Amino acid sequence: MKIFVCIKQVPNTEAKIVLNDNKSAINTDNIKWIVNPYDEYAIEEALLLKAKVTGSTVTVVSMGPKKRVTDAVRTALAMGADDGIIIDSPEDQDMFTTALALAKTIQSEDDSSVIFAGKLAIDDNGAGLPQALAEYLNIPHVTVISEFSQDGDKFIVQRETESGSTKTYEVNGPCVLSTNKGLNTPRYASLPGIMKAKKKPIKEVEFSSLGIEASSSKLTYSNFSLPPEKPATKLIDGEPESQVQQLVDLLKNEAKVL
Amino acid sequence: MSKILVFIEGNTDQLKNSVKELLSAAHNSGQNVEAFAFGSQAKTLANQAGHFGAKKVYICSSDSLNDYNPQAFLTACKDIVAKSQANTLLASSSSLGKDLFPRLAASLNTGMVSDCTEISFEGDDVKVKKPLYAGKCSAEVSFENSPIKMVLMRPNQLPINEADTSQEATIEEINVENTDLKVLIKEIVKSTSEKLDLTEANIVVSGGRGLKEAGNFKLLEDLADALGATVGASRAVCDDGWVPHSMQVGQTGKTVAPNLYIACGISGAIQHLAGMSGSKVIVAINNDPEAPIFQKATYGIVGDLFDVVPKLTAEFSKVLQS
Repeated sequence: MKIFVCIKQVPNTEAKIVLNDNKSAINTDNIKWIVNPYDEYAIEEALLLKAKVTGSTVTVVSMGPKKRVTDAVRTALAMGADDGIIIDSPEDQDMFTTALALAKTIQSEDDSSVIFAGKLAIDDNGAGLPQALAEYLNIPHVTVISEFSQDGDKFIVQRETESGSTKTYEVNGPCVLSTNKGLNTPRYASLPGIMKAKKKPIKEVEFSSLGIEASSSKLTYSNFSLPPEKPATKLIDGEPESQVQQLVDLLKNEAKVL
Repeated sequence: MSKILVFIEGNTDQLKNSVKELLSAAHNSGQNVEAFAFGSQAKTLANQAGHFGAKKVYICSSDSLNDYNPQAFLTACKDIVAKSQANTLLASSSSLGKDLFPRLAASLNTGMVSDCTEISFEGDDVKVKKPLYAGKCSAEVSFENSPIKMVLMRPNQLPINEADTSQEATIEEINVENTDLKVLIKEIVKSTSEKLDLTEANIVVSGGRGLKEAGNFKLLEDLADALGATVGASRAVCDDGWVPHSMQVGQTGKTVAPNLYIACGISGAIQHLAGMSGSKVIVAINNDPEAPIFQKATYGIVGDLFDVVPKLTAEFSKVLQS
């Protein structure tokens, strides 16, 4: 079974965000990059599936500036993936371009059985790449899965919705599955894993070699802005009885939210 | 004339507020408004959409579309978008919307943006704003190479017009044949909660470790009942199993933007703030004056929540009943 995992490097959650001079993007000079947390569930699920199905391999694919992407792929290899593919591209390609590049790259490999990816990336909060990828590959998808099992070439997955209801879907492989928190507990890369990862193969693909037309890009981000300065917090003093009375009064008459 | 197509999500007999927001924004733009709905309640919802300005509503009222199937919904959407020839498609940035529309956009070779908090129409063009990096900044997004611009809006961002019952929509039933489904729904387990979904709620009351144990969430349920609010929680207490993960607010949980968010015993880790900093008014109740939640709050009470929350419940009950 050929298992693919698509991953992304994102600024770590605690990163302080500073804008570049012309406000066209963030300034990445002092950013510490991490593998998108939801992609870690994807890597872990791929490794669990590999352990169950004899002869399977896990290939990690990522697109972006080479150095950053290589770090991400090495992390996944250290967790236990077999090999990696990096698509070296200029920064900030939109979701559709990225999905198309991933699709073309995966298509040129052996037939895939299942492709895992995180349900969203915490940088742009986009949650669409796995579905667009599935469309370009013309295979089914299920997103936000919190349970996964395999039955031959069928996969049984569970998806949770806002209301807390869950739906169980049966989907035929090959397919794209996007992973949610709760699916598994991602392993840490062990020291031997990190050493081994250095020797695992990483294939490089030039973005420009994929023949993707400029018109595949659909979205332009501009005029970045930081949140407006928040007025100082009003701390309400006094005894609890008085505090709650003041608070309710403020909510009703000042904030007018009641 | 430019045309906006609105997706009526849901299969109950009442339009969701998030859908009313979209219909109102579409109507207020002055463009021609159409909409579409799926499932056995589609006709009821279509009639209501007419009151919010939809001139025409396409419906697929087949029972087979009562529950979300990615493939079946996609097929139906393609058909409707082709019929409508709209320039813009509006939908909620819900779990269904975020699943369906990226793929629809890819299949129609057009653009889609999710999680938008602002939208403006300029002639045929649409500009949106969306938060990035856990709300630490935001950016404007514009479309290119996009025959139909798809925008998924966060709920609770746009004003809702008054319903005008003199306005009616033309309804067109669409038949969609779904054969060769590669994704099948095997089982549905409905949530036991009757409460309004967190992401749609106008008021959210949220609890964290400061509640000390699972049973004390009762205090927040009482407060929520007094306010007509929905209860949320921090990641820590969901991870500990006090309450289900579906209640988690934050980066790995739900993003909420209610009018009023009351955080009780939540310190305010950056991941939590990412999920609620879009709230219009934030109240923090915590015994630790150094808790980061106070930096984000509009109003703060430094105090013992076991003392403050029950008194607050009583005060809300008194004031809201008078």
